[in-house]
Amino acid sequence: MHNRHMSRYFFVFVFPTLLAFLLSFVIPFILGIVLSFTDFTSIIDAKWVGISNYIEAFSNKDFINALRFTVKIAIVTVITVNFFAMCLALLLTRKIRGTNVFRAIFFMPNLIGGIVLGYIWQLIINGVLYKFGVTLTYKPEYGFWGLVILMNWQMIGYMMVIYIAAIQSIPNTLIEAAKIDGASPFQILTRIKLPVIMPSITICLFLTMANSFKNFDSNLALTAGAPSRKTAMLALDIYNTFYNTLNGEGVGQAKAVVFFIIVAVIAFLQLKLTRRKEVDNV
Amino acid sequence: MYLMKKGRGFVAFLLVLVMVCGVLSACTSEEAENNQQPSQSNNNEKVDEIYFLNFKPEIADVYNKIAADYEAETGIKVKVVTAASGTYEQTLKSEIAKSEPPTIFQINGPIGYQTWKEYCLDLKDTKLYSFLSDPNLAITSNGGVYGIPYVVEGYGIIYNNAIMEKYFALSNRATDFKSMDEINNFEKLKALVEDMQAHKDELGIEGVFASTSLAPGEAWRWETHLANIPFYYEFKDKQNYDNPILAGLASNEIAFKYSENYKKIFDLYINNSCTEKAMLGTKTVNDSMAEFALGKVAMVQNGNWAWAQIKGVEGNVVDEKDIKFLPIYIDVEEEESQGLCIGTENYLAINSKVSEAKQKASIEFIEWLFSSEKGKDYVVNELGFIAPFNTFEEDEKPKDPLAREVLNWMEKDGVSSVPWGFAVFPSQNFKNTFADALLEYVQGNKSWDEVTKTVIESWKVEKAKGE
Repeated sequence: MHNRHMSRYFFVFVFPTLLAFLLSFVIPFILGIVLSFTDFTSIIDAKWVGISNYIEAFSNKDFINALRFTVKIAIVTVITVNFFAMCLALLLTRKIRGTNVFRAIFFMPNLIGGIVLGYIWQLIINGVLYKFGVTLTYKPEYGFWGLVILMNWQMIGYMMVIYIAAIQSIPNTLIEAAKIDGASPFQILTRIKLPVIMPSITICLFLTMANSFKNFDSNLALTAGAPSRKTAMLALDIYNTFYNTLNGEGVGQAKAVVFFIIVAVIAFLQLKLTRRKEVDNV
Repeated sequence: MYLMKKGRGFVAFLLVLVMVCGVLSACTSEEAENNQQPSQSNNNEKVDEIYFLNFKPEIADVYNKIAADYEAETGIKVKVVTAASGTYEQTLKSEIAKSEPPTIFQINGPIGYQTWKEYCLDLKDTKLYSFLSDPNLAITSNGGVYGIPYVVEGYGIIYNNAIMEKYFALSNRATDFKSMDEINNFEKLKALVEDMQAHKDELGIEGVFASTSLAPGEAWRWETHLANIPFYYEFKDKQNYDNPILAGLASNEIAFKYSENYKKIFDLYINNSCTEKAMLGTKTVNDSMAEFALGKVAMVQNGNWAWAQIKGVEGNVVDEKDIKFLPIYIDVEEEESQGLCIGTENYLAINSKVSEAKQKASIEFIEWLFSSEKGKDYVVNELGFIAPFNTFEEDEKPKDPLAREVLNWMEKDGVSSVPWGFAVFPSQNFKNTFADALLEYVQGNKSWDEVTKTVIESWKVEKAKGE
């Protein structure tokens, strides 16, 4: 009887969200994959061309460069964001005054959109570099570190909040037991705290990785790929291919599908790896 | 219980599949419906709205006034949407796939026509086409007419004559020109500019040329406008074509023959400016125009559309009677007879995929704009267009000083204008690559030879993509 009751309202509750999900995600997604095998100008006049779009995508120097650049940024950002977020979280879960204020302040950059952030940081960095007579677009390394700084600034607060919640949920009994057993603070950190909050670490690593790979608006606002596309990340390269190249729509779509596969595979692998480290029983 | 759970999942999956198929088939049937409509529709269809996708953000407000006036006169609503600067193609791409697409849109020339030919209506038999003072200006293909130019524009080196007069009055200068009329080739221009730069403090300016803006998206004056001139000469050298534009269209490769000439004028711009070379990557076109308007510099390369921008700068010191054009000399043979670069990148096209009634209404709107009293008044006084139509009388030519200068140079004896050939550049990507190379050149990270190689390579690659 309970089941019958539930199944009657099943559709009423699930349907609206399911519909929204279908319309805004599943259908464009399937359409995108289908279109990546065609040549098209707008969605209604596609001509089938098989895998030639994919071949063109991979033989495109800019695409490979963007891929390499994005991977570098993702690796550096994942490590730095999580490291600093964890440090801040550990600091702000002690019994000192003003932790709430600081938590709010560190979280605020996350609320600012990428375009505004990119534009402001470009002004700041150029202002500093002016003293040295160069600009942000002088060398790709400048753009690389500019992007890393920007993404750190944006994401640290968000990850910090997640870590704080996790740390706060560690049962005190564990810590006390460890202290009684004579564990040093460092041992408590590495043997008890980190393993227990491993699910949050999994989530944060996943979020940082996905966010850095997908980054588009701050990339566009900070350097727009200058000099010569060397600081263009994957999303920006796909955007340029799609809009600024003749007959580039199919190739751009193919690149986007490849992009999706890469992010999905990496995220999946990373999830698998850290899941293994999670401590179930507390 | 387990089987029931499994069954439920399967049913849910089937339902999803059905929904997806339903939506997809709805998409295709909508298309079939649209294709049937034109043949079914008769002239009794009540058209109450036409849709114009505008390219020029500078005059978006004026179009709103025009639309209001037209609706008051005819009852037809003109929806005007303006694409943000540099985003016309992507806006058009998404708007044209919608169920209420633009009925009037713009293409930038023969290359733009290639992208949009499925959507351009043949305008051969319209009154609008007969209005053109030079039918050759239109975009044609196989006897059909698909793009009508609605504004003629020109660009060159804009200079502030008040500062030039101050220079000519200096007693310790190294040159002995008496007026700008004597400057008619690169040698003289270079001598003039370099001496002025040496005396910049006495003249009260920070440099002769305004900043060569190379921030992302701001380099169109160099990768498009300035690049037009050396490529024009290269295409003119090719013997078997009716005109250089056709030669350019047929060129799958270029040799960038006049690359050194481009370098000469470009170096003149960046070495005699108010901004150091390394900082140019942060400068925008607005910065350059402001520098000129505030009297910090004497010269800036831009077109007649810039007058509205200069006038609008707060603290503008440039007077209407002092603002003049000089051709962009690049040190080629017989350049004394070279004038300004005059042409257009703005062609109107009518959407061939909307209903006949909408097409007719759209064409009538444009005809009204360029032939009725009220429409012409707007065109001349508020839009500031030099319209290439024979419906404009002598006293209906534009009043702003730079537009007058363009007409001046167009009509000068012994001087012929350089037509706008950049419509045949392979793609936006090519132009972006050119601009990127220029940025690295000014920052000292690329030699000019490498820039030349990059440009040649990019033309070849991008042209091939268009095949």
